[in-house]
Amino acid sequence: MNITLRVWRQPNAETEGRMVTYGVENVSEHMSFLEMLDVLNERLTLEGDDPIAFDHDCREGICGQCGVVIDGQPHGPLQTTTCQLHMRSFADGAVIDVEPWRAEPFPVIKDLVVDRGAFDRIIQAGGYISVPTGSAPDAHATPVPKTDADMAFDAATCIACGACVAACPNGSAMLFTAAKVTHLNLLPQGQPERYSRVAGMVAQHDEEGFGGCTNIGECTAVCPKGIPFETISFLNRDLLGSLIKGNR
Amino acid sequence: MTEDNVVVDSIDADSVYVEGDPVMDTKAPGGPIEQRWDKRRFSARLVNPANRRKLSVIMIGTGLAGASAAATLGEAGYSVKTFCYQDTPRRAHSIAAQGGINAAKNYRNDGDSIYRLFYDTVKGGDFRARESNVYRLAQISVEIIDQCVAQGVPFAREYGGLLDNRSFGGVQVSRTFYARGQTGQQLLIGAYQALERQIAAKTVEMHTRHEMLELILVDGRARGVVVRDMVTGEIETHFADAVVLASGGYSNVFFLSTNAMGCNVTATWRAHRKGAYFANPCFTQIHPTCIPVTGDYQSKLTLMSESLRNDGRMWVPKRGEDKRDPRDIPEEDRDYFLERMYPSFGNLVPRDIASRAVKKVCDEGRGVGPSGLGVYLDFADAIKRLGKRAVEAKYGNLFDMYAQITGENPYETPMRIYPAVHYTMGGAWVDYDLESNIPGLYVTGEANFSDHGANRLGASALMQGLADGYFILPNTINDYLADGPFDKVDASHPAAVEAVEAVKSRIDKFLTTNGTRTVDSFHKELGHIMWEYCGMERSEEGLRKAISLIRDLKRAFWADVKVLGTNEELNQALERAGRVADFFELGELMCIDALHRRESCGGHFRAESQTPDGEALRNDDEFAYVAAWEFAGDNAKPILHKEPLVYEYIELKQRSYK
Repeated sequence: MNITLRVWRQPNAETEGRMVTYGVENVSEHMSFLEMLDVLNERLTLEGDDPIAFDHDCREGICGQCGVVIDGQPHGPLQTTTCQLHMRSFADGAVIDVEPWRAEPFPVIKDLVVDRGAFDRIIQAGGYISVPTGSAPDAHATPVPKTDADMAFDAATCIACGACVAACPNGSAMLFTAAKVTHLNLLPQGQPERYSRVAGMVAQHDEEGFGGCTNIGECTAVCPKGIPFETISFLNRDLLGSLIKGNR
Repeated sequence: MTEDNVVVDSIDADSVYVEGDPVMDTKAPGGPIEQRWDKRRFSARLVNPANRRKLSVIMIGTGLAGASAAATLGEAGYSVKTFCYQDTPRRAHSIAAQGGINAAKNYRNDGDSIYRLFYDTVKGGDFRARESNVYRLAQISVEIIDQCVAQGVPFAREYGGLLDNRSFGGVQVSRTFYARGQTGQQLLIGAYQALERQIAAKTVEMHTRHEMLELILVDGRARGVVVRDMVTGEIETHFADAVVLASGGYSNVFFLSTNAMGCNVTATWRAHRKGAYFANPCFTQIHPTCIPVTGDYQSKLTLMSESLRNDGRMWVPKRGEDKRDPRDIPEEDRDYFLERMYPSFGNLVPRDIASRAVKKVCDEGRGVGPSGLGVYLDFADAIKRLGKRAVEAKYGNLFDMYAQITGENPYETPMRIYPAVHYTMGGAWVDYDLESNIPGLYVTGEANFSDHGANRLGASALMQGLADGYFILPNTINDYLADGPFDKVDASHPAAVEAVEAVKSRIDKFLTTNGTRTVDSFHKELGHIMWEYCGMERSEEGLRKAISLIRDLKRAFWADVKVLGTNEELNQALERAGRVADFFELGELMCIDALHRRESCGGHFRAESQTPDGEALRNDDEFAYVAAWEFAGDNAKPILHKEPLVYEYIELKQRSYK
């Protein structure tokens, strides 16, 4: 198949970007979307054109490093990571727009690569359980109800790719934040820091410049790991609890 | 390729290396094996908590082994600087481990013990690992699970609220703890969160999107690193009292592997060039069940869990020219080759045996799929016997993953699979303290060679990474740091100036060569050579040819590579050029190591060393040692130092799966 790409090119954060059109011929439907970009980059290099910079690493949908907006949708037409999207999802002759995540707290570094350091800082504000190495009790000392463990696991599968932020009209990172709050606050081990955690993480979320959540739900719709929308309700409940308890 | 024209006569095993002094002291204490780790912890000197703040450690890599160690050292009060090439430590490739983590908890009351985990691991490694190290690993396995649960790692649980276990390849007890098919992800996030907590506490300073390009030695000690800021291109120097490499394995020397695209050998290779021994580089593990290559554009291979072989039957057509749809091939025209070759273990033979059998039938021209490099893994019988719903409950997520990648429905047509490289047992040589032969340089996790011998068992990589990071390194590095702080060093020190100059001139060379071939085209060609001659089966002739081909290709690379752009920007081709340049040198050493080891053991199968029925034949009289290689110069022969392996507790035996 032959396709046309319109790709966001931006040399660095300081320079204005623009969409540039490239034709890509003889694309195999078995190629992943990123492999198609590899092929284009090989050609661009041989032609003396700067290859397109994009983030990627594991290419099996788990590391969360890849992610671009494809035809207006984070990670493209399927609810998966960009690396797990294959060209068979596109028609021959398709014209495909490729852009970086668009959100103020995610400044563009180059082309399709953005800086998601804000996510690490939200975790630093309480996304952990304080347990120094070696001080843990036996693993069976505290049973965890299976339903809680399973729900905590579902929330913990977040890969921090940032698609939720890119999809949200408010540029909110509430699904990301709520996934971590839900994971840790559901477990008995997470209880001592429950309220300081949620308060600290939400404060950092706001400080980074992410927008507020208005329950639109675009985040869940594009999340490659299907983090449930209910995690945000869970976060709101605990946030309210933290206000009542004044635990900051 | 010009393979037929290659002159290989000049290369033989004895002419490509020289032998040096043996390695005699690994710092492992003697005495009863169960007391050795206690003894070592007691003899290791401590550092007063008030003095730790004045002592600094550099950590390269923040996967399981790096993040856990950095967090623990930060907690202890040391001043830690960490570096990773990803945009956040949570993306390190530890995250992709699926199956689980072993621990000798014996929660099942099924006869497991520390001694049994120790025994299984030494035997699984085909008797090429150190007894002292493996015993310690088994002891610590128990504490790892406690630590991770306390951190909030959501392991699978039963209805009573206690932890669930499953069994894993090659063992008869259920000692594997897991978090669905994402155990590595959950363990890494636990370590990542512990690390972020220390970053917030300012005991750890994190540098993301930074790549180590050189090690700085001062007075024979590891004192610093040269790193490149991958966003701005700035070449920076950082100094500390000790340097730890936790930079992962080198499977990407094969280009196609199950590793992440960025995984590379540069950190350990740069250390090797500065004097650190590199041990057993030819010990690589090839996993039998991966999704086959579909074309030249392929960038990466995806693993399908080993558990599929419980119900899937592997087969190929009896005749190579039989190109019918697999569903139309009747039973009598199919060859269920594993069941035929290994009637008692059938489809459940160990990884290395299954991989070689697949290669064999494909070499005979009976492989399936467009490339001919694939075999069927067929669930039709299982679906008939158990029903589609039961198969879906057991393997649904794997079937979905397969369908997403291949576009084929494995419920209707057999899966196609082929082996792929996915772990490297070899790595930087370390002693019992995880210290390399360079004072002050420590190596942890997959980057070192320590615990898996010639073959790693499933669910043991996560165990080793966390044992090294949480419990071993933080207890042994004190002994070295107790002599510090060492004299202050800064960027004006001649050793630092020289290291920076070396890095800059290499980068300049890449950017100014302006040849005709891309970095990836060279990397792919190197990968083909490695896979063909240093992959599942190795031979004297093939390895000699490979060494010659790699040398030619390396010359071509330096003369003809094309890297555009500048250093002062995000330049992904430039990053790859440096990594591939180091892969050439590593690839050659792997072939030399494989050539010199004239025996088969674990993942290293030499065609010349097999039993009459085609099984791996070890030669314990001549090769029961660790091969620790010393770099002698760019055009000099590497020097082999042998570290003898002594088995006091476990009797050496030949494996059989017939």
